[in-house]
Amino acid sequence: MSERVPATRSVTASPATARRRRRSFVSTYLTPKRGIPRRTIAILGVVGFVVIIAVWTVVAILTYNKDVPAEVQLVPRPDVVVVAWIDMVAHLGFLADVGWSTFRIVAGFALAALIAVPLGLLMGSFEIVRAFFQPPINAIRYMPASAFIPLLILLQGLGETEKLTVIWIGVFFQLVLMVMDIAHRVPTEMLNVAYTLGASRWTVFRKVFLPATFPEVVDALRITMGWAWTYLIVAELVAAQAGIGNFILIAQRYFRADRIIAAIITIGVLGLITDFLFATYHRWAFPYVEKVHG
Amino acid sequence: MSEIRLIEVAMRFTTGRRQVQALERISLTVPDGQFACIVGPSGCGKSTLLMVAAGLTEPSEGDVLVDGKPASEPGADRGMVFQSYSLYPWLSVRRNIEFGLEIKRIPRTQRRQRSSELIHLMKLDGFAEAYPKALSGGMKQRAAIARALANDPQVLLMDEPFGALDAQTRQIMQELLTDLWQRYRKTVLFVTHDIEEAIFLGDVIYVMTNRPGRIRTTLRVDLPRPRTFEMVGSPQFAELRNQVVGIIHEESLKAVESELARA
Repeated sequence: MSERVPATRSVTASPATARRRRRSFVSTYLTPKRGIPRRTIAILGVVGFVVIIAVWTVVAILTYNKDVPAEVQLVPRPDVVVVAWIDMVAHLGFLADVGWSTFRIVAGFALAALIAVPLGLLMGSFEIVRAFFQPPINAIRYMPASAFIPLLILLQGLGETEKLTVIWIGVFFQLVLMVMDIAHRVPTEMLNVAYTLGASRWTVFRKVFLPATFPEVVDALRITMGWAWTYLIVAELVAAQAGIGNFILIAQRYFRADRIIAAIITIGVLGLITDFLFATYHRWAFPYVEKVHG
Repeated sequence: MSEIRLIEVAMRFTTGRRQVQALERISLTVPDGQFACIVGPSGCGKSTLLMVAAGLTEPSEGDVLVDGKPASEPGADRGMVFQSYSLYPWLSVRRNIEFGLEIKRIPRTQRRQRSSELIHLMKLDGFAEAYPKALSGGMKQRAAIARALANDPQVLLMDEPFGALDAQTRQIMQELLTDLWQRYRKTVLFVTHDIEEAIFLGDVIYVMTNRPGRIRTTLRVDLPRPRTFEMVGSPQFAELRNQVVGIIHEESLKAVESELARA
């Protein structure tokens, strides 16, 4: 069967009166970069979750060891994990751990962003600043933040400062370079137009350069926020009195895989929530940005 | 009186070990109210020349004078329209047009009046509060021209402002621009690689050579004003076009040959 090169036409946009053209499965779904019906997208999204839970359930049943209780199975069933989560919240003060972790994330991330964003903007616009800061930052970026933890424990002890520093190291060096790139990409024409309209350097910086970078800076914050969670949990796994990472570590000592999984899923949900908050803020603050996707 | 004068402007770049002579001692004067066009093969340095005229690039040698006074820094006296990235995406069309007036701290009511006038003149009615993302390419460039005009500059510098537009839109924009010029009689220095555009719009055409860019020929366009679309078909237009096409073709060939010689 010969395939015709398909026109890029929306499948749903065909007028009702037109005779429905039959398309093969391959041409409808397997043409690179071609849109598929909206309903299919929604269905596939749900099916993805269902498949994961189904596989999980099958593995849990296959590996079930009838000599030990349901909650200490190595692979607990999904419903056992749900029960464990409710128990964690109701009886084990898990929400306090979530609170501690959230506090550390927000504080560490804010401290990193507070310095990284202005420095990145300066590096992206002034060659003199970039020449000084970029080489060391580039080098440190490849040193994993988690490798600093033992050193930081020696220097700062086991308190909150150490946790915040780990997050700060993990976020700062990445973010600074991302912001630098954003600043660097601001089209020179945009600035030049302002000069020919009579703007001073300071006015160009304030009224053109800064607003031109804002939307992408918020995007960069959103992305690095995700990384901050990774570093936080590592820091809490190594040494902490509270926090989700600490909770996971204790659960491991008692062979409570159900609690570990419940905690991990909680982190995922927290990540989704922050992502959603950033996305919502982005849409509200920058309604003028042209959408690249969708 | 608003004239712009380039005196013996030369431009050299150093790339690696090689020194590149981009512009070689160019002198030209655009007198008050004249529409001057610069055409040339790509890479001949015509955009660089305009950047120098705007004060955005410092020439290696030479001076720029506006009304006899040195103008080495960019300023509101020389408004510029670029080919792309022209509007500020975070400002509405109206705020974009008022940008220069805001810098000058012109009172709000006056700003509004001026921008409303230009929005109407540029056929942007109904889009005053829209963000640039809602505009077509042609509308964006009309807004960019309006923004430059709102400032009432002495000289208008245009760097291939219609270069990114499709042929039909470009035609419409050229007609609009010639009407505008008829109305405001601004001194304009207009860079383009489109020969017909230069003939249709200009009083004078400077034809540049291949790098190092020099002005090879200066042609007067004696087509009557106001210019209309029908003139594009006239024998006089065709004759001018053939003349310029011949020169540019020769220069483009030289460019290819010198590239081959280097390879």
